[in-house]
Amino acid sequence: MIRLGALAVGLLFVVNVLWGAIAPREAVAPDMAKELHKHPKHMEWAHNGPGNLGVFGTFDRAQLQRGFQVYKEVCAACHSINRVAFRDLADLGYSEAQIKTIAGEYEVAAIDANGEPTTRKATGADKFPLVYANEAAARAAQNGANPPDLSLMTKARPDGTNYVYSLLTGYSDNVPKGWNKPDTLYYNPYFHSINIAMPPPLSADGQVSYSDGTPATVDQYAKDVSAFLTWTAEPKLENRKETGVAVILFLIIMTGLGYLSYRKVWADVKKA
Amino acid sequence: MSFPWAKQYQPTSAVGKWVDERLPLPRFIHGALGPGYPTPKNLNAFYNFGVLAGVALVIQIITGVVLAMHFAADTRVAFDSVEHIMRDVNGGWMIRYMHAVGASFFFGVVYIHIFRGLYYGSYKPPREVLWMLGLVIFLLMMATAFMGYVLVWGQMSFWGAQVITGLFSALPLVGTAIQTWLLGGFSPDNATLNRFFSLHYLLPFVIFGVIILHVWALHIPGSNNPTGVDVKSEADTVPFHPYYTAKDFVGLGVYLIVFSAFVFFMPNSLGEPDNYIPANPLSTPAHIVPEWYFWPFYAILRAFTADFLGVPAKLWGVLAMFASILLLFLLPWLDTSPVRSNNYRPLSRILFWVFVVVALLLGVCGGKPAEEPWVRLSQILTAYYFAHFLIILPIVSKLEKTKPLPGSISEAVLAKYGKGGGAPVAQPAE
Repeated sequence: MIRLGALAVGLLFVVNVLWGAIAPREAVAPDMAKELHKHPKHMEWAHNGPGNLGVFGTFDRAQLQRGFQVYKEVCAACHSINRVAFRDLADLGYSEAQIKTIAGEYEVAAIDANGEPTTRKATGADKFPLVYANEAAARAAQNGANPPDLSLMTKARPDGTNYVYSLLTGYSDNVPKGWNKPDTLYYNPYFHSINIAMPPPLSADGQVSYSDGTPATVDQYAKDVSAFLTWTAEPKLENRKETGVAVILFLIIMTGLGYLSYRKVWADVKKA
Repeated sequence: MSFPWAKQYQPTSAVGKWVDERLPLPRFIHGALGPGYPTPKNLNAFYNFGVLAGVALVIQIITGVVLAMHFAADTRVAFDSVEHIMRDVNGGWMIRYMHAVGASFFFGVVYIHIFRGLYYGSYKPPREVLWMLGLVIFLLMMATAFMGYVLVWGQMSFWGAQVITGLFSALPLVGTAIQTWLLGGFSPDNATLNRFFSLHYLLPFVIFGVIILHVWALHIPGSNNPTGVDVKSEADTVPFHPYYTAKDFVGLGVYLIVFSAFVFFMPNSLGEPDNYIPANPLSTPAHIVPEWYFWPFYAILRAFTADFLGVPAKLWGVLAMFASILLLFLLPWLDTSPVRSNNYRPLSRILFWVFVVVALLLGVCGGKPAEEPWVRLSQILTAYYFAHFLIILPIVSKLEKTKPLPGSISEAVLAKYGKGGGAPVAQPAE
């Protein structure tokens, strides 16, 4: 009885779903955006370690500082990194005094002695302030676009670090024939919808002047700021990998010892 | 119950005796996981996954309790509180990655555990209730994982909650009312987040309770084994402790190494990047996909594209998705072959592996956007999924010519490991 019922239900579902498979359906217009869209370029990163494997590797402190400089001088005009606190900059190798100076360049909301809203200089304990008070303000100032917060950007996109680098270096004036690009947008095949509202932020070599002798090129800026945004998204990356190596070494030894005792315990059974 | 030769618990100290006479908890453990549980001696590594699933649940509960100390179930701050855990809580990144990766691993382990049961016929008499309790645990796990994923309140959390509760809106007449009732509103909001947090905290303990029943049901007939032949004498078994505690410990070590590799070196590889974007009710993600462990069922849900017999395609999809899991409850009565293990069922064995491939391919389809060729492929695979359990298996189990079974577990072991791999010895080894 159960099997007869099952047979009936089974036939119902099978015929039903196969009917859907053969039923004619509307032709789907080919999506040109999908053809134009490119996957991020594969770059080598210090924090991915030897072979770019991601097992070992630490951040390149000098690169993070340069990336922070690029962020501050270019990206910060429109994009916040609101999940990062100034004190976190110690990870980049800045001293307490330097952090105080950097924080002092920003104003954050406060309440004065009379209870009136005011602003004060940021301290190490504050987060990087938002660029725009709210989304409406951002859209009003940015021609309808809303520049996203960049704190988590490299984790919020597939292959994020490479994605940020590719996007920053991926702008092109050669718009393919047949692709509709409004004048207010820019062509960038690494962006999911190809047309991006952000104008090319890194436009010319020498735009940011480095003090450590690193070549001041657009490519270098893009690399440095991508590394910096990897840190903002995953500040515990080094700690995580160090812990991982220790944990796995411990587990290998533990499992090895476990295996030896397993062999000993089972020795008499295997022979039986 | 147990086998007559099971070692009886003998308290060795005065304190042990005192406790045993009042609350025989040590006696219970002794019989459940200790020397008092005679276990078939031929269990292979796949029989380790039940214990691993238990460990995975314990990891989820411990890390989850700690996360709940820092998490705030309020739509305005939920996402921020998760990032607070990642950045400011000591070791918070490790606890959260263990919990997130741990959910994936829990499902991975349970899937292997289920397929182990399918291959060796562990659902057959007298283990039907054991099998069904396992399915109840699986369903509870799915609900728990879904609600936990929503708590992060990222884009995929929000839209996942929208889509999954939206399934109920496909039901005629009462559908929309049920969705509103589940969400506590017309779309996912604070009421949703709070009730999901409450239930996400509750259900793991319900799972724990059902696991106790599952283990209880296991101990009535004892473990199945790769031959599928019943235990016949003491020579077929070894005491669970120290034999399987030692063996499972090795498996646990290997499991933890793989688990740690994910937690520490690629913690986000199993998740959707979109969930690092805070939830935005006004912006729908291009592709709403659940986590990988729901992909096969998501593919079945989306495979029904045409209205049929006057019932809308969407409702068929929902019915099929639920049916695809619920039909497993009937499996003990659909597969009527008296032979349990597929090692002795040549045809079923091929069908099993075909089914494994179909299930994996369904998973691939479920992770892809709803477009060709994935839709048509998932339709063919879905047809096979239902045909496998409801049509093919009942017929094959009637007609199949099975291979001769070994006289006992010991005989099978001797045939495999015995001197020179000679012919099976007739009488059980002493």
